[in-house]
Amino acid sequence: MSKSITIDGQSIPFIDGQTIMEAATAAGIYIPHLCHHPEYTPHGSCKLCNVKVNGRVCSACTFPAMEDQEVLSNTAELINDRQKITQMLFVEGNHFCPSCEKSGNCQLQAVAYHLNMLDNYFPLFYPTRKVDASHAEILIDHNRCIFCTLCVRASQEADNKDIFAISGRGINKHLIINSTSGLLRETDIDIKDQAAHICPTGAILIKYTAYQVPIGERTYDHTEIDQVSLNLEKHGHE
Amino acid sequence: MGMNNKIRIATTSLAGCFGCHMSFLDIDERILQLAELVEFDRSPLTDIEHCTNCDIGLIEGGVCNSENVHVLREFRKNCKILVAVGACAINGGLPAMRNFITLEDCLNEAYLSGIGVENAHIPNDPELPLLLDKVRPLHEVVKIDFYLPGCPPSADVFWKFLTDIIEGREPFLPYELIHYD
Ligand code: SF4
Ligand code: SF4
Repeated sequence: MSKSITIDGQSIPFIDGQTIMEAATAAGIYIPHLCHHPEYTPHGSCKLCNVKVNGRVCSACTFPAMEDQEVLSNTAELINDRQKITQMLFVEGNHFCPSCEKSGNCQLQAVAYHLNMLDNYFPLFYPTRKVDASHAEILIDHNRCIFCTLCVRASQEADNKDIFAISGRGINKHLIINSTSGLLRETDIDIKDQAAHICPTGAILIKYTAYQVPIGERTYDHTEIDQVSLNLEKHGHE
Repeated sequence: MGMNNKIRIATTSLAGCFGCHMSFLDIDERILQLAELVEFDRSPLTDIEHCTNCDIGLIEGGVCNSENVHVLREFRKNCKILVAVGACAINGGLPAMRNFITLEDCLNEAYLSGIGVENAHIPNDPELPLLLDKVRPLHEVVKIDFYLPGCPPSADVFWKFLTDIIEGREPFLPYELIHYD
């Protein structure tokens, strides 16, 4: 007999060592997430994957699946929390989608669409952040960074480099680059590195590729992120 | 409702580019259908200067100067359902990209030191509304009842919202109609 948990009343199997996120994904259940990526050590920071496990709120991407867990995910309360969290991610940075190359391929935006987010709810913060265009092929726009640490993890775990880190706390939190000048140009990042392609937002962009696919024909323009995410899981990541 | 039980709509553009209004007009021949059900109050489509009691107020653009604030408040006072239309009304949009530069530097660049400036002087006619130090989205100034995202929202977004209201439904935008670009 395989072990199982329930998610929103549906019984799904798991194997020891799987997180709730992994068990859910394997069973074809989408739990919204941004900082989680199946190939990297979970970080549990974006809090979009908040679920209720036996009455207590946990991050599905870090919480181990265990026998007798009753997990709630698609409740009105949790969906509302996720929308508020997403709105906070938007107002804390500068997300002018009409002028962003990533629009239509952006996971932050796609999660917002999925949650039917029409507004920002909170006052806009308009922080002053920089753009690092120093590298010949890769652009960093700090205005769009949500501190998910995926680039940090990809650089360490997949590329065996150590190019990115998150520094500072609270409102002073920011992405830093491991070079004397703090500029990307002086690192050994390569356009083939995972870290150059992993960013869920438009904070790390490959130059000169911006509008190869026109707006309106991009990944999330017609397909919701739950479908895209589960399909990737089934057919493998590029 | 106005006379003839028609739904009364006011529209305006604050710190916007009129792109949202143009997109609204892209409903094309459906405008004939709409004209049977609604009538326009204060709007660039009419010559009415001030809002009277309206069912719906559609506002394009964020708030960048003192006049925008007055107009927005007039709309709030007179409209039952006030709608932030388009990216600029919702998060300040492109005009809010000046929020990272001081107002003084903006004015200096535009009117004094910028390339090609002639007769350099900062406009100071007392009739000109004063600029706010930052461009702000509508919901930071008045209560907003519904949002139509997009830059601009497509004609179908306007159509879905208005037909939902006209037919007495809670307005709802399905996935295909939600875009921020
Ligand atoms: S990163 Fe995503 S949400 Fe932010 S401006 Fe770009 S497309 Fe919009
Ligand atoms: S740059 Fe992108 S991948 Fe790196 S922390 Fe910021 S949002 Fe995440």
